Amino acid sequence: MKSDNQPAIEVSNLTKHYGEVIAVNDISFQVGNGELFGFLGPNGAGKTTTINMLTGLARLDAGKINISGIDCTRNPKAAQHLTGTVPDESNLYPELTGFDNLCFCAALYGIRKIERQQRAQELLEIFGLTDASNRKFAGYSKGMKRKLTFAAGIIHQPPILFLDEPTTGIDVSSARQVRQIIADLHRKGTTIFLTTHYIEEAERLCERIAFIVNGRVVRTDHTANLLEPVKGKNVLLLSTSNFGANLSKEMGLAFPEYQFQSAASGQIRVESAEPVNVGPLVRFLEEQGIQVTEARRHLPSLEDVFVQVTGIEAGLMMKEKEKAGGGGNQ
Amino acid sequence: MRRWIAFSSIFAKDMRAYYLKPPNVSWGIIFPLAWTGMFFIRSGMGIESVLDLLPGVVTISILFGTTSLLSVTLTFERRNRSFERLLLAPISLETLMLAKTSGAILFGIVNAFIPIVIAAFLADISGIAWSLVVPAIILIGIVSTFLGLFISVSASEVFEAQTFSNFFRFPMIFLCGLFFPVMALPVFIRPLSYILPVTYGVDILQGAVNGEHILSFTLDFAILSAFCIALFLLSLRNIKRKWIN
Repeated sequence: MKSDNQPAIEVSNLTKHYGEVIAVNDISFQVGNGELFGFLGPNGAGKTTTINMLTGLARLDAGKINISGIDCTRNPKAAQHLTGTVPDESNLYPELTGFDNLCFCAALYGIRKIERQQRAQELLEIFGLTDASNRKFAGYSKGMKRKLTFAAGIIHQPPILFLDEPTTGIDVSSARQVRQIIADLHRKGTTIFLTTHYIEEAERLCERIAFIVNGRVVRTDHTANLLEPVKGKNVLLLSTSNFGANLSKEMGLAFPEYQFQSAASGQIRVESAEPVNVGPLVRFLEEQGIQVTEARRHLPSLEDVFVQVTGIEAGLMMKEKEKAGGGGNQ
Repeated sequence: MRRWIAFSSIFAKDMRAYYLKPPNVSWGIIFPLAWTGMFFIRSGMGIESVLDLLPGVVTISILFGTTSLLSVTLTFERRNRSFERLLLAPISLETLMLAKTSGAILFGIVNAFIPIVIAAFLADISGIAWSLVVPAIILIGIVSTFLGLFISVSASEVFEAQTFSNFFRFPMIFLCGLFFPVMALPVFIRPLSYILPVTYGVDILQGAVNGEHILSFTLDFAILSAFCIALFLLSLRNIKRKWIN
């Protein structure tokens, strides 16, 4: 890890409008050298717009961007030699082979022929794409495309890496491999700015996380600190057939040691500092004429914190995961 | 050195991926052949009249060769987002766009020499002032490519780029003195000819091939160069405004 005091990325009061819509609204954060920083939020929260402004693909309306001490506010090109970017969609050349794509991307950073060929071979091996190296990119599967796009983003061994939803839309094993590579890069000292809407991915990989909703950063903290309020909590999820919201109050009176929350789907969430005793709860509900179909212990996670902080239902994030159809949460 | 590696790689990639593809090579050969044949037959004059047609056919070959391919390649790369890859690289936008356009310029220049080679077999071309023809062809290649770039920046789809290109290209055939002298146009249309860059290129070629030109060569070259710079700078401004937003 670098010992520089200068943050790798420093953003202050960043704002971006698209017409009447405020895509990014006055956000500020810092990412230290060698840190793996997560930017977590639902689709449309402003994650990609932020990355685009940081990498020079979008103009900022207000604010300031510093990359490794270089002021990039007016001149985003100034620090592009220090950064690598893996966009949310594959953006390589369909008519070139995997190997040629990587060599071409290396050449864009001024890497000489022999070195770029060696580096391309090396990365094809790391990403398990050696057998497909002479195939055209257009013929790659979605997972292979994503992996090659990732490889192209790190071909010049950048000290700072921007990853925009790197595991979205790919199969479970590719997602796992990509996460392993992210962890390895982080171990080797690369500063990583990762956007994701996979809460588990952020929890597993990131040292610090910012929650972004509707273009605003609502909370930034170390992952351990974010998890503190739910640490040691016992949560039981009861699925019922016909639970009415007004019953939460009655249950609260009957079981004051527990906290109850009900969801529209008929699910009751029971939270306690001590282990939850299932029997009395089920009996109580059955006495009220409510059928309990499932009782399941739930390990509180960052998802619970995210829901608490942002007010966004975990279900919404789940729907996005399903829509993305990928292996991000595996 | 780093900038040169990036520049040459973009140029080489574009040549391999687009300009040297069989359909484009055949277009580059067939198109000038067809135009030469068409105007030669239509003129109904003898074989020596090939030299009268040469400046027009050379210009039209460059104009169509450069604008067609550049607008298609750029809009295609914008659509599949591979152009973003170039914008993320640590090279200036000026270098990047010069690299992207150099393939089209070379393609246009090569296209220009096809009718000249044909003419060499049909007529005596020893009287041609090559010291004027070669720089004129290069400048027409550059100005047509930058015109194609200017058009591409305004289009988001390949078909849009082609439509915009035709909007500029076809009137130029009639307005820029390619086959009908500018002086033969009605007086009220002539100002239109002089706001189109190709007019000045054709004027140099007519002078160099047939000894007939309206303006001085120095003025023609100066205006053509000014158009090149203006179109390139205007395109860069539009790229910054429209593509990096």
